[in-house]
Amino acid sequence: MAEHNHTKHEPNYLEYQGKHKGLLGWLTTTDHKRIGLLYFYSMMTFFLAGVVMGLLMKFELISPGEQIMGAQTYNGLFTLHGLTMIFLFVIPGVAAVYGNFFLPILIGAKDVSFPRLNLMSWYLYIFGAIVVLASQFMGDGPPDTGWTFYAPYSLKTNTNVVAAVTGAFILGFSSILTGLNFIVTMHRLRAPGMGWLRMPLFAWSLYGTGWIQLLATPVVGVTFLMVVAERLLGIGFFDPAIGGDPILYQHLFWIYSHPAVYIMILPAMGAITEIIPTFARKTIFGYTAIVISSMAIAFVGYFVWGHHMFTSGMSSTSRWVFSLLTFLVAIPSAIKVFNWTATLYKGSINIQTPFLWAIGFIFVFMIGGFSGLVLGSLATDIHVHDTAFVVAHFHYIVFGGTGFAFFGALHYWFPKMWGKIYNTKVANLGLLIFFIGFNLLYFPMFYLGLMGMPRRYYDYLPMFENANVLSTVGSWIMATGLIIIIVNLVRARKGSGREIDNPWDGKTLEWTIASPPIVENFEEIPVVEHGPYEY
Amino acid sequence: MYSGASNFVTTTDTAFAVIIGISMIFLVGITATMLWFVFRYNKKRNPVATQIHGSNTLEIVWTVIPTILVLVMFFYGWSGYAPMNRIPDDAMKVRATARMWSWLFEYENGIKTDTLYIPVDKAVALDLISVDVIHSLYIPAFRVKEDMVPGKTNKMWFIGQKTGDYELFCTEYCGLSHSYMFTEVKVLPQAEFDAWYARMADTTLQAQAAAANPGFKGKQLVQTNGCVACHSLDGNKLIGPTFKGLYGAEHTVMTGNDERTITVDDEYIKRSIYEPDADVTKGYTKGMMISYKTQLTDADVAEIIEYLKTIK
Repeated sequence: MAEHNHTKHEPNYLEYQGKHKGLLGWLTTTDHKRIGLLYFYSMMTFFLAGVVMGLLMKFELISPGEQIMGAQTYNGLFTLHGLTMIFLFVIPGVAAVYGNFFLPILIGAKDVSFPRLNLMSWYLYIFGAIVVLASQFMGDGPPDTGWTFYAPYSLKTNTNVVAAVTGAFILGFSSILTGLNFIVTMHRLRAPGMGWLRMPLFAWSLYGTGWIQLLATPVVGVTFLMVVAERLLGIGFFDPAIGGDPILYQHLFWIYSHPAVYIMILPAMGAITEIIPTFARKTIFGYTAIVISSMAIAFVGYFVWGHHMFTSGMSSTSRWVFSLLTFLVAIPSAIKVFNWTATLYKGSINIQTPFLWAIGFIFVFMIGGFSGLVLGSLATDIHVHDTAFVVAHFHYIVFGGTGFAFFGALHYWFPKMWGKIYNTKVANLGLLIFFIGFNLLYFPMFYLGLMGMPRRYYDYLPMFENANVLSTVGSWIMATGLIIIIVNLVRARKGSGREIDNPWDGKTLEWTIASPPIVENFEEIPVVEHGPYEY
Repeated sequence: MYSGASNFVTTTDTAFAVIIGISMIFLVGITATMLWFVFRYNKKRNPVATQIHGSNTLEIVWTVIPTILVLVMFFYGWSGYAPMNRIPDDAMKVRATARMWSWLFEYENGIKTDTLYIPVDKAVALDLISVDVIHSLYIPAFRVKEDMVPGKTNKMWFIGQKTGDYELFCTEYCGLSHSYMFTEVKVLPQAEFDAWYARMADTTLQAQAAAANPGFKGKQLVQTNGCVACHSLDGNKLIGPTFKGLYGAEHTVMTGNDERTITVDDEYIKRSIYEPDADVTKGYTKGMMISYKTQLTDADVAEIIEYLKTIK
């Protein structure tokens, strides 16, 4: 006991002064928690910039004709919105922030296996981001290809595609190295007694994600290099005018970019899986089933990319095979939803902000998932492919899924990360407004897609106006909710607060240590004697 | 709204109904269950949780049932799609060409239009051609869509089952004016279609019209080649300079890096059509227009010039 009191005074990771102080101390840190926060602050900056771009786009679409920008500006804006949100926010996403901060703690380690490599991954991320954003200011103007860089348009446009794909190429290395680091960490640094099947499920989701990052990302890296080579040297990989094949580009792009959706969503599912048992005061229902489903998603997710190409003129055989596989990948996601729901059964539910985010996540994720079934089926996809329906589906999964999990995890782990607690009433109000705005913003797009409104449309026929107005109003409501949420958290961070080690009475290892954690997390490496959620 | 507009509407909409129907049952069911649990097992009502680690029976049940249901969905989707792939031999053939940012339809008797005219209740098969980047031909009312990929010829077919006009969109993002790249499908009664088809192909009639209206042929060429997608007729600034008052006007152009002033004459127009990037009018972007060297003959260009002279 005496020793415990003594170590209470050990500096936490925020106070700790190593060789360097202040900002330099942060920029040279190898502490996984500080690196997690470096990701957090940089990603939030990009995310908010992406939100502003989204709001501008929605404003432009409030009615037919030009409102605030011309077509070229709009096309550049949706490209930049996509690049920013996908490559700078959701792909690193939950894994880079909470994975870095909590993975070592959850498995009882002092840090990741390769702390310096971890810092380098962040620098690669920032370097890649700078190159992507430089594309806006260099050369012949902002890229206008969409984040998919489809050939041959991306080869023909005069805009600065080379910088954008080079930036994305660099970002890929950040992702690969983070995945590698996490995989090795889980193999090598689990605390004594923590067998694989005693690992928290968030760690398991990062394990599946790590393998996707490691195996799939190089494919898109090579693809982007081919685009650069083709633009600079006119090699003829993808442009049929010089002997290339645009369909080849689509295959290569989606071989990565479909698994990338699972890079975005798996850690999000993992974070939700941590939140639910804590607030249900109950062990997770079907631990093994959730582990298997995570690994199944990671594996089957490699084989469904063709569903992005059902109208490309692929053979009939590849269409039905990819459709069938797409339906199969839906099953593990469904299993997760059933297990989360079953965990609530006979629980003793403590309704707190993170729990409400988790419930909100399940709801919007289900809508995203069910609309995915419409897109996985051939006849229906033919109708709604490349329409607003796809935009709605994608935002329900990536923003509704990953975004809700990101903010849910933030509210869950905030007291641990900063040792402070936020005003829960304001947090809940912010969530409610955000939730309403989110659905009002994206749900009308399902209708627009069914009515036949194509995506990436700067202007549209009057028949699409009403639903677009609803959607734009939704974007304002959602932004209001977001402002409330963020202001509330910033105030909590700046306020004096009270330090509480375990505000939610959680059972996983991060709740056994101080808030904020000390530099190497544990005074003594714990010995694990049971599963992660034993109440 | 367009129920029955084409032969694919019923099968596709059935697939929609099956998938969305099953999904709604699950969405509502799971959400209600979740909310019920949150209410019933709230810590006030249920202070002590019962620890349940799982149930293999339940895991099997909720793996097998969704598997069966998604296979059902797959079946409806596939069976709705399969006929789209089987083009009847007697289908009327139309060659559809997409280019930034307009459409061209060529019929078996050689006529060309920028709007797709088809007879009702007759199978129509389209050869889908793109001359520049990927486009996608989409007729929402018909539930059909297929990409137009440069370098290969995709195919699509359908039967228009109700007369009327239907939107035809490009759904693959293709650059600046993607959202303006739309036209119409006009489904006509057979007799009306036949009359239109014969009239358009009748060279004597066309020649009479051409003689009576200077620029008549040029106007057709301008429409079918999609010039007006980028060059307005009313003075508005689009991607390229407007055609209104163009002929004889003084333009400042960029030849390479040199700026010079020219008068828009026959020679300049011809060069602009064959080598669009040679002299670019100041204030407009280079590289936006493809060369029409292979598509327009010198005689065609002369007709276009006659037409441009009439747009004052």
